[in-house]
Amino acid sequence: MILVINICKERLHYFEFVKPICDILDKNNTKYFVKSYKEVRETELDKCDKVIICGTSLFDNEFIKNIDKFKWILNLNKPVLGICGGMQIIGLIFGGKIRKMTEIGFYFEYFNKEFLGLFEKCEVYHLHNNYIDFNKLDFDVFCGNEFSQAVKHKEKSIYGVLFHPEVRQKELFLNFLLK
Amino acid sequence: METNKLGILFSGGKDSAYAAWLVRKEGYEIGCLISIVSENKESYMFHTPFIDKVNLQAKEMGIPLIIVKTKGEKEHELIDLEKAIKLAIKKYKIRGVVTGAIESVYQATRVQKICNQLKIECFNPLWQKNAIEHWEDLIKNKFKVILVSVAADGLNKEWTQKEINSQRLDELIKLSKKYKFHLAFEGGEAETFVVNSPLFNKEVKL
Repeated sequence: MILVINICKERLHYFEFVKPICDILDKNNTKYFVKSYKEVRETELDKCDKVIICGTSLFDNEFIKNIDKFKWILNLNKPVLGICGGMQIIGLIFGGKIRKMTEIGFYFEYFNKEFLGLFEKCEVYHLHNNYIDFNKLDFDVFCGNEFSQAVKHKEKSIYGVLFHPEVRQKELFLNFLLK
Repeated sequence: METNKLGILFSGGKDSAYAAWLVRKEGYEIGCLISIVSENKESYMFHTPFIDKVNLQAKEMGIPLIIVKTKGEKEHELIDLEKAIKLAIKKYKIRGVVTGAIESVYQATRVQKICNQLKIECFNPLWQKNAIEHWEDLIKNKFKVILVSVAADGLNKEWTQKEINSQRLDELIKLSKKYKFHLAFEGGEAETFVVNSPLFNKEVKL
């Protein structure tokens, strides 16, 4: 059972940032339930095996003000995947700081080590104004170095990607489900 | 004070019409429709054959319409789009733009960049949506969609001016599999026009 977390304040963004991920899970016959980040309690975390924190739009950043709502990530011993805003949440919770860099559209990125099925040159879809440098945090950076694009916690199964695999590289989700 | 008004990039086809309906359904206000009329038939961004009929749809929806003409030259048409969005912000106080983009990264990326520059929200509520699910939603929610032009193997002129109902959808699905065209017509395989929707007072007569 996957807990899919919606971090969007805007109702309409559900269709763009959450539903495409639900569709991928549906297609893979994976059971899931969706919760707003404001509704995530121990009950939800107990009920799931893995967590996906979805992304959001360029300006829908209310979650940053409510970052305390994500403190559970520190103590959860289940695989977590953060996408774009979700990755930034993971970075903030582990002590990182938001920095500015805008990337919109398709880009080629280079993965120096295999990351959830991605390796070497891969095309990804970006939609962000912010990023977090994970190099000084307790994470391995698989792609992007300072402008960290794909990271994994050194000890836990906590993954983050700055790009949107629900648009390009959908199989990343399926590889995460195997973790 | 921040408004809850959004502007819909509106071509008159099924995707932008459905996006407009979703906007209302999700509790937002439609500030205006924004239509770009391109003189260039090859425009990747804006060319649709019935764009000159969007005023009839806007009238039936009772929603203000901004029409901006463009020569449709690559990238220059984006300046015209930006002008139209700026006008919508000024005149109708919209705080975001909505597109009917499903898979076109070319279109979605360009609108995202303009909105980011103008510091307004960009919404793509059909993004990555499955084409069969989309057609079924259109039919279920009583959108009367006709094809107004066809440009794919397997789709002949007999398909034009016909409403896509459940029966014709089944046929379209078969043809799209056989001739390998995109069922949502993301590659320009056909153009659609909405003659009635839950937002219309009555059907548009062409």
